[in-house]
Amino acid sequence: METPLVRDIPADAAARIPHARTVSLIGPVTVACGLIWGLLQPYRLTILHPRGQSFWWLLIEPPLLVAAAGIIFAVVVAKPLLADLEAHHAASR
Amino acid sequence: MLPHAEMVHWAFAAGILLVGLCLLCEAIVGQEVWRMRPWRKYLWPGLAFGMGVLLWPVMAFFTNSSIHMYAHGSWAEVLMLAGGAELGLVHGRLKSRAWRLTWPLAFAVTGLAFIVHEQNPWFFARSAFLHHLLGWTFLLGALVPLALVWRPRSATLQACMALTIVAVSVMLFADRDVAAVFGHLSPLAGPAHR
Repeated sequence: METPLVRDIPADAAARIPHARTVSLIGPVTVACGLIWGLLQPYRLTILHPRGQSFWWLLIEPPLLVAAAGIIFAVVVAKPLLADLEAHHAASR
Repeated sequence: MLPHAEMVHWAFAAGILLVGLCLLCEAIVGQEVWRMRPWRKYLWPGLAFGMGVLLWPVMAFFTNSSIHMYAHGSWAEVLMLAGGAELGLVHGRLKSRAWRLTWPLAFAVTGLAFIVHEQNPWFFARSAFLHHLLGWTFLLGALVPLALVWRPRSATLQACMALTIVAVSVMLFADRDVAAVFGHLSPLAGPAHR
């Protein structure tokens, strides 16, 4: 009987690559900045008190924009970039 | 039903933040890895070009004086020029590194436009303060893309460029139509809101 063993967990492998941790942290740090801003200035989040607010005040809320930029960056840019970084690192070994 | 000017600044700040984060990542991982996927090399130049295009409606709908129209129009032109030149360079259509001079030009024109079109002194209100600060940041920051023309592979310069752009986005996010700056608000600016 043969048991397939996972010798290298991809996330751990990526973390060992130089700069991978920095790249993976940029998105979450940006999201955290937006959330902290929202906590420090809750009156900037009109979604918390939407009654009587106009369309633009509900659509454009700076702390949420910062958090959204961080999420978009993490999903669209950082995730595939980490995979490429890992592939590049593996190819150069 | 137009949004307030501050909201337009915040929306552009989000786009500029994305450009800055992409530049920072490119500086960290290097051009070789960054360009492993074809779409990624067009990402930040495309965003910059797109924001240049979007500055035209800003010029058309937020023109409360001739000088504002000239300022927004000149930003639209130089951002489209620099973004377009970068798209041409990464695609391989443009070969000469002299095209990268469009970035220091864009920074210098933007900085001058910020300083020239702000008629009030630094501590008149927060928006006046930020206009002066953004103007000088762009003018001094123009040295970074200028140096990148001769040292395009320098990770330090690329990181400086990225952080300058992230700093610009933070300043734009801090903008308010009428608000105090360090406790100063001229009575001529009107009542502060939010």
